Amino acid sequence: MAFNYGQFVSGGIGKQLATTLGLPRPTKLRRHKVGGSLIPGEVLVAGHGEAPVAERVRHLLSDAGVKVATSPSTSVAGVVLDLTAVETPADLETLRGVVGPALKTLAPTGRVIVIGRPPESATSVAQAAARRAVEGIVRSIGKEMRGGGTANTVLVAEGADAGVDATVRFLLSGRSAYVSAQVFHVAKPVGDVAAPADWDKPLAGKVAVVTGAARGIGAAIADTLARDGATIIAVDMPQAGGPLAEVANRLGGTALQLDVTAEDAGAKIVEHAQARHGGFDIVVHNAGITRDKLLANTEADRWDSVLQVNLLSILRMNEALIPAINDGGHIVNVSSIAGIAGNRGQTNYAASKAGVIGMTQSLAADKAVLKKGITVNAVAPGFIETEMTAKVPFATREVGRLMNSLSQGGQPVDVAETIGFFAWDANRAVTGNTVRVCGQMLMGA
Amino acid sequence: MTTASPRRAAILGGNRIPFARQFGPYANASNQDMFTAALEGLVARYGLAGERLGEVVGGAVIKHARDFNLTREAVLGSSLAPETTAYDVQQACGTGLENAILVSNKIKLGQIESGIAGGVDTASDAPIMVTEKLRRKLLKINRQKTTVDMAKSALAIRPGDIGIETPANTEPRTGLSMGEHMAITAKKWGITREAQDELAALSHQNLAKAYDNGFFDDLMTSYLGLAKDQNLRADSTVEKLAKLKPVFGKGEGATMTAGNSTPLTDGASAVLLGSEEWAAEHNLTVQAYLVDGEVAAVDYVHGDEGLLMAPAYAVPRLLARQGLSLQDFDYYEIHEAFASTVLSTMKAWEDEEFCTQRLGLEKPLGSIDRSKLNVNGSSLAAGHPFAATGGRIVASLAKMLHEKGPGSRGLISICAAGGQGVVAILEGA
Repeated sequence: MAFNYGQFVSGGIGKQLATTLGLPRPTKLRRHKVGGSLIPGEVLVAGHGEAPVAERVRHLLSDAGVKVATSPSTSVAGVVLDLTAVETPADLETLRGVVGPALKTLAPTGRVIVIGRPPESATSVAQAAARRAVEGIVRSIGKEMRGGGTANTVLVAEGADAGVDATVRFLLSGRSAYVSAQVFHVAKPVGDVAAPADWDKPLAGKVAVVTGAARGIGAAIADTLARDGATIIAVDMPQAGGPLAEVANRLGGTALQLDVTAEDAGAKIVEHAQARHGGFDIVVHNAGITRDKLLANTEADRWDSVLQVNLLSILRMNEALIPAINDGGHIVNVSSIAGIAGNRGQTNYAASKAGVIGMTQSLAADKAVLKKGITVNAVAPGFIETEMTAKVPFATREVGRLMNSLSQGGQPVDVAETIGFFAWDANRAVTGNTVRVCGQMLMGA
Repeated sequence: MTTASPRRAAILGGNRIPFARQFGPYANASNQDMFTAALEGLVARYGLAGERLGEVVGGAVIKHARDFNLTREAVLGSSLAPETTAYDVQQACGTGLENAILVSNKIKLGQIESGIAGGVDTASDAPIMVTEKLRRKLLKINRQKTTVDMAKSALAIRPGDIGIETPANTEPRTGLSMGEHMAITAKKWGITREAQDELAALSHQNLAKAYDNGFFDDLMTSYLGLAKDQNLRADSTVEKLAKLKPVFGKGEGATMTAGNSTPLTDGASAVLLGSEEWAAEHNLTVQAYLVDGEVAAVDYVHGDEGLLMAPAYAVPRLLARQGLSLQDFDYYEIHEAFASTVLSTMKAWEDEEFCTQRLGLEKPLGSIDRSKLNVNGSSLAAGHPFAATGGRIVASLAKMLHEKGPGSRGLISICAAGGQGVVAILEGA
């Protein structure tokens, strides 16, 4: 087995060495367990001024059986701070006063969630400055936190407070283990927000199409959506038929072998979903390839094949999928950190993955999509432990693993959990977002 | 006479693993491994995980003694409900098609609602036997109660007894290989080398085209890194095939080469059948119906009929029962054991003497439109894992007929060792 720094420093001589030298020691992250609590411990809820969202969060927590703390004096598992009412940067003192002390006693794998309003809709320059400041603070908190904790910002549009619940729930839970320093934009819901009967089965009764489902992150997405109650249509290339069948059979779903770049790929998915499952509610565009070369050496076919598979195929398939997807459905695209930060030798890949972000934003605002109440979001994975990254040379791999605030690579399930959240009917207020699942990787914006 | 069936048996889909050449990628895969893989692909395609089917019927021509319950073991290793019953059938190369007929009959009779018919064969993971003399002596040693008696019996083993035997592609009653038998028939019917090479080249070209068109996307599941039939040579031409030396037959008249004969192959296939009600309950599309099947046998030992000519007899019997003529079909699937098998069979149907004297017909069955023959390739290109060929053909033809539309018809003809032939009619839905 290849050397793994995280495991080496978790015990024995490795632990001693790391402690002595002050090297980072990654914490085992808290991940979602079926039947487990939303968050293990009390959550401190506070706010500036009227703090209307804080009130919602208190209700949400008591519904979930989580105790609400009012002071940071005892150790808490999470902090939720409502800064929606800030008027000037001076009001940010509230944050320092609440979150500062809480960080000292925050339990491992703790959560910091700061809720604000979008700076774009501020009514004064001072308010815009204060609102924008929140993002900077939270990103810094993410870097200061230890013990596998995460810090995220939620910007709620004016009058959209009712849609915040799903996002807060996701961020407090183990489902967001590897999501840190992200900004979630909560807007007016595109359809009725429907809380599931059982929060362990938020996708019960749904049919989900997952492309590239035979291996790696795609297989984890299929597993996770199935665990949460969805019926899976597992799609992959005929060449991956063997492992694809394994995934479909494990989950009691169906396997559909096709090349996503084929002209009729979208139509074939629709036909399969309608004939066999009576329609579909969720589409995860995960299929993707890399053909790495420096731009100077990239030939037309390498350039084209990556753009075809990773971006053009999605645009083409969506022409068939969007008219057919059930109203209130969810489309989730898989982007990449390379699409945000760029990567040497990956101009083609970065083009496709940045393109996915543009497509996501534009499609979410599309009239036909809005009319059907469909959400469209994207995830951008950072360094994720897969068969592919296991083959990366040692030094590069370890740098990739450690160059983030959680000092470890993410697991495929971490990407899958964020995708699952985007597919909740409880989440109809977050659309057009791209969320990085990267443990606050140092690379990128 | 047309017998009215109580209800129809529907073909709902199929799956196979790509066929591999002997000692190729599946060299270390057992029959059970391969058949389980074929079942798993089918289960995944049709969402049958955890489902109890009426039955699974499989089998292999070359089988280890330990695989006495091969199909049942494969079912237990699959995602199907363990309560799904299974049994093995062996009718040489006709096994797969015979199994489809068996399952369809049970469905028609209402004994089962659903079933899988298939087959598997490995030419690589073959059983090894010791010589007959040694086997008898070893059994005798095993019977003895005392060590002394065992030692005495062991002394009876002579150096000449020691040796191993692998299953041979030889007819026990004639000592001739299948190819040698076919060479006699090919010569008798005057089948030329050129005609055989032409048929072989077309088989490869048709199969290659089918892959390019994505025809196999929902008929196949990759296995052990193989995603296409390994034997396929997309660039095969008559010119290239003409360069090969004959391997069967002797002297000037020898026409059969490795190019126009099927190679030894490893592979497995499975077909899902069900009643129309069961299909509807499971949201599955009926692709075709298995209308009827017929099996014939010929006396190739004492008589003068060719070993692989039995389908020539089975087809007219089936046509008569169904009130159809040989020309009433949209597709013909004649298994290419050898190119000359297909050509001899078709020539026999065109031959007045054969049809009147041997088949007892008033006139020849006539010609078939060659553009409707094996249009997506057949065994010369795909390879021929004996018991798996029937499932390959049934699944492919059902899909073709479904695409052609309701009422379209297809004829399957498969020759088998022992002078047998299994044929069937499918109707598109």
